Amino acid sequence: MTRGWASAAAAVMLVAVVGWAAAAPPPAAAPPAPEATKPAPAATKPAPAATKVDEQTVHEVASQLRCVVCQNLSVADSPSETAKQMRAIVRERLAAGDSPEQVLAYFVEKYGDWILLSPRKSGFTLLVWVVPFVGLGIGLVLVAVVVRRWSRRPQGAAPSQLDPAVRERIRREMSEMDHS
Amino acid sequence: MKAPALKWAIPAAVVPVLVLLAYGFRTDPREIPSPLLGRPAAAFSLTTFAGTPLSLEDLRGKVVMLNFWASWCIPACYDEAPALERTWRAYKDKGVMVVGINVQDKEAAALEFLRRFEHSFPNAPDPRGRVSVDYGVYGVPETFFIDRKGRVRFKHVGALTDEIARRQLDALLEEPS
Amino acid sequence: MIPELGYGATVAALLLALWGAGAAAASARTGRAALLRSGERAAVGAFALITACIALMIYAFLAFDFSVRYVAINTNLGTPFYYRVTALWGALEGSIVLWAWMLAIYTLIVVIRYRRSQPELYPWVLSVMLGVLAFFLLIMTIPAPPFERLTPIPADGRGLNPLLQDAGMITHPVALYLGFTGFTVPFAFAMAALIVRRTGEEWITITRRWTIIAWYFLALGLLIGGWWSYHVLGWGGYWAWDPVENAAFMPFLTATAFLHSVMVQERRRMLKLWNLSLIILTFGLTIFGTFLTRSGIIGSVHSFTQGTIGYFFLGFLALVLLGSFSLLASRMERLRAEGVLDSVVSRESTFLLNNLFLVAATFTVFFGTVFPLISEAVRGVKISVGAPFFNLVNIPVFLALLFLMGVGPLIAWRRASAGNLKRNFLKPVLAGLVAAAALRALGVANGLVLTTMALVVFVAGTIALDLFRAVRARRRSGDNWGAATWGLLLRQNRRYGGFIVHLGILVIALGVAGSQAWSVQKEVTLDKGQSMELAGYQVRFDGLSASEESNHAKVTGAFTVTNGRAGGYMLYPAKKFYPQDQTPIAYVDYRLGWIEDVYLVLGDFARDGSHATVKLQVNRMVSWLWLGGLVLTFGAALAILPDARRAA
Repeated sequence: MTRGWASAAAAVMLVAVVGWAAAAPPPAAAPPAPEATKPAPAATKPAPAATKVDEQTVHEVASQLRCVVCQNLSVADSPSETAKQMRAIVRERLAAGDSPEQVLAYFVEKYGDWILLSPRKSGFTLLVWVVPFVGLGIGLVLVAVVVRRWSRRPQGAAPSQLDPAVRERIRREMSEMDHS
Repeated sequence: MKAPALKWAIPAAVVPVLVLLAYGFRTDPREIPSPLLGRPAAAFSLTTFAGTPLSLEDLRGKVVMLNFWASWCIPACYDEAPALERTWRAYKDKGVMVVGINVQDKEAAALEFLRRFEHSFPNAPDPRGRVSVDYGVYGVPETFFIDRKGRVRFKHVGALTDEIARRQLDALLEEPS
Repeated sequence: MIPELGYGATVAALLLALWGAGAAAASARTGRAALLRSGERAAVGAFALITACIALMIYAFLAFDFSVRYVAINTNLGTPFYYRVTALWGALEGSIVLWAWMLAIYTLIVVIRYRRSQPELYPWVLSVMLGVLAFFLLIMTIPAPPFERLTPIPADGRGLNPLLQDAGMITHPVALYLGFTGFTVPFAFAMAALIVRRTGEEWITITRRWTIIAWYFLALGLLIGGWWSYHVLGWGGYWAWDPVENAAFMPFLTATAFLHSVMVQERRRMLKLWNLSLIILTFGLTIFGTFLTRSGIIGSVHSFTQGTIGYFFLGFLALVLLGSFSLLASRMERLRAEGVLDSVVSRESTFLLNNLFLVAATFTVFFGTVFPLISEAVRGVKISVGAPFFNLVNIPVFLALLFLMGVGPLIAWRRASAGNLKRNFLKPVLAGLVAAAALRALGVANGLVLTTMALVVFVAGTIALDLFRAVRARRRSGDNWGAATWGLLLRQNRRYGGFIVHLGILVIALGVAGSQAWSVQKEVTLDKGQSMELAGYQVRFDGLSASEESNHAKVTGAFTVTNGRAGGYMLYPAKKFYPQDQTPIAYVDYRLGWIEDVYLVLGDFARDGSHATVKLQVNRMVSWLWLGGLVLTFGAALAILPDARRAA
C-alpha cells in the first residue's frame, strides 16, 4: 500500500512536471494585444523592405531580451530610453525580413549570451533548466524513502508510550472538531 | 538512523555554496566581456555636430579610438574628457583617429560639453541608438579600439586614462596595415 | 559634532553587545546569575545607544546637517520633510542601522518576556541575539559607518534617489526588516535548545507567535515591494524575479515550510531534525539576502554598493551556517522521530509534500539566482537568468502547493481512510472541476487560469466545508449561526487563522493568474486632441503642463479616459526631472479597480505639447494581490491571538 501510493504519486508528479516543461512556452509578461494581425512570416527569403510588422511579434522578441540598463527587466517591459531604441531596432529588423530567431541572434552577436533574458535550453545552460526538476524528483524519492522508513519502524517504544498515543488517538477520533 | 560520520555531511554541504559565493567577489556582474573582440567593427555613417559626414569606411587604414559618451554621464565622462583630447592631439599625426559618439543626449548639453573640454576631434550624435547597439554598448563611457583592418581589438568600460589609451594605440600602431 | 557622537555611540553599542553576548553565555555555563543580569543591562544599554544613533541621524536630516556624509548623499535642500526622515533607511548604511535597531528591540522584548519563564533557555537565547546584534553593529563600525564626516561641508546635498520618494518605499524596508530580524528569535531559541539539549517541542511552542509575526511581515514586505514596483517603476509588473527579490522570497518559502512542519512535530514528535534545519536555513537565508543586496556579486536593481562589506557578510554567513549545522550534527542522536507513520495517505505525508515543494521552489530560486556565478566560474561566460526561467520552473510547484492547501487541513492524521477522503474531498473536487468547466464554457481558454481556478475553488470548498460542519456542530449547543461562527473562530483561532491566511493566498493566486493571462497594453504617439483605444477604454491626449517642485521639475500630461459607460476621468502621468539624475523618472498615473486597473505611462513628448507618446495598460486582477494581502493580515492576526480555549 505504502510503496504503491508513493510510487504512484511520484510518477504522476514527474509526468505532470515533464509534460508541463515540454508543453509550456516561457510565459511572456504581457499577452495578446487586441489588434493582432497575422504574425510576420518567418523569413528565409529576402523580403521587401517594408513588411508590415505585427506588434505582438515585436513584443515577443523584445520580451526575450534583457534591458541593458535596468538589470532585470525585459526590453519589452522597460520604460527606459535604451529599451525604446532597442524595440525600434527589433521592429526595423523584423520589417526588413529577419525572423525572430535572427533578431535575437543579432543581439547575442553584439552583446553576448547575457542579453538573453533566459538562458538557452542547450549546452551548459541546459543545466539550469533541468536541475530544478531533477532536484524535485530526487526530493520526491527521498520523501518516499523517509515515509517508508517511518511506516516500517517497529513499535519498539516501551508499552508506556502506547498509552498516551492511544489515548490521544481515541480523544481525537471522538471529538473530530477539536483542534484536530 | 545516519551513521555517525554521515551527520557531518550536513555542515559540510554548506561549504561548496560558500566557496561559490566567495568566487563571486572576483567577478563584477557589471563587467561584461564584449563578444566583438577580434571581429570586424560595425559600419556606421553619421553626421557630426559640425554637419560633416562621418563614416567608419572612410577611416579604414587608420587606428580608430571610438568613444561613446554623454553629457549626463557624471562623473566618468567628465573625468576622461581631457584625456581624450590629449590623446587625440598626441596621436593625430600618427595615423590614429579619435571619434566621439554622443548617446541619448540633448544637442545643447552635448555642444556645451564639447565646448567645455575643447574637443577638436569629430563628435556625432547617435539619435536612434543604432550605433550603440551595433557595438553592444550598455553604458557610458565605453571606448573601443579598432585596428587598421577595421577589427575591434579592445573595449574599455568606464573612464579612459592616458595610459590605457597610449598602451592600446601604441600596440595597434605597431601592427602592419 | 554629530558624526563623532554617532560614531562613539555605535562603538559603545558594539562593545556592550559583545560583552552582553559573552556574559550571557558565561552565565549559562557557570550558573552565575550576576553575569546574566549584566548581560541584560548590556542589551538595554545597546538598545539605548542605537536609539540615540537613530535620533542623531534623524536630527541631522531634519537640520540639513551636511557634515554627515550620509545626509549629504541622500538628501538635499529641496527634499520634503517626511522623506528626510525616511531617508534614514534609503541607502546602505542607514538600512543597517534600522536592522540593528529592530534587533535591539526584539532582544529587549525577549529579555522582558523570557527572563523569568524560561530560565534554562533564556541565557543562550540572549547570547545568540546579542551576538547577531554585535555583528550588525560591527558593520556599522567598520565597513559601512553611517556617521562619516564629510569635509569640506557641501552647500547642498545630492538628494534622495527619486525612485525612493514614494509611500511604498517608506514602508517596504520597514516591513521587510521586521520580518527578517524577527526570524532571529526562533533561530536563537533553536540554538539554545540544541545547546542545552532540550530538543523537544518546547522551543517551537515558545516561538510559534514570533514565527507567524515574522512570516507575516516578510509577506507584507514582499507585497508592498510588489505594489511599489507596480505603481512606480512604470512597467506594469509587480515581480521581476530580480536577485534581491529572490533573496527575500527564499526565506519566506522556507519559513512557510517551517510553519507547517512544526505542526507535525507538535502533534507527532517527528521531523525534529528537519525543523531545526529549516529554521537555521531560514535565518541563514535572511543573512544571505542582505549579503546579496550589499555585496554586489550579482547585479540587481536593488544592489546598494560593493566594497568590503560583502566579505563581512560572507564571513558571518559562514559562521552562522557552519556553526549551527555543526551544533545540529553534534546533537543528532537526540533528534529521532518518536512517532510512527501508519499510512502514506495522511496529514503527515501531506505536510511532508508541502515542505518538499516549498524547499524545491527555494532551491530553484536559489539555483537560478546564483547560476550566472556558476556559469562564469565553470565556463567563463556571463549569462543571465531572468523571469521566464523562474516562471516556468516554479509554476507547477506552486500549483501543487495550492492543491495541498486544500488537502492538508482536512485529511486525517496518521491514516486517512477511503471514507474520510470521500467525505472531505468529494464535493470540493467536484466543485473545482465544475468551476473550471464553467469558465471554459464562458470562453476562457488559458490553461493556467483554468487550472488555478479549479484549484482555488477546490481549496475554498474544503475550507467552506470544514467551517460549515464545525459551525453546525457548535450550533447544537444552542448558539445561532453568527455566535457559533464567531465563537469557533476565536476558540480555534490558530486553525481558522491559518484558513484565512490560506484564503488570502487563494486571492493572491487568482490575482497572479488573471493578471498574467489577461492584462493588455498598447503604446501610441498621440497628437493633442487625438484618442487611442484599448480594451474598451478611450484615452485622449489633452495637453502638457510643466511645473517646478521642491526638488525636481515636472512635465505632466493630461489625459481623459472614458469607457463608453457613465463618466470619464482624467489621469496625469508625468515625467520628473531630478537634477542629480540624468534620465527622467516616469510618474505613472492609474486608476485602480476591483477587476482592472487603467495605467498610463508618459513617454516622449514634444516641447510645445503638440504630441506625446503614451503607454496604456489595462491590467486585470492586480488589485486582488493587495486584497489578498489584507485577508492575510486578518488571518495572521487571528492566528496569534492568545488561546481562548479555556475561556470558552
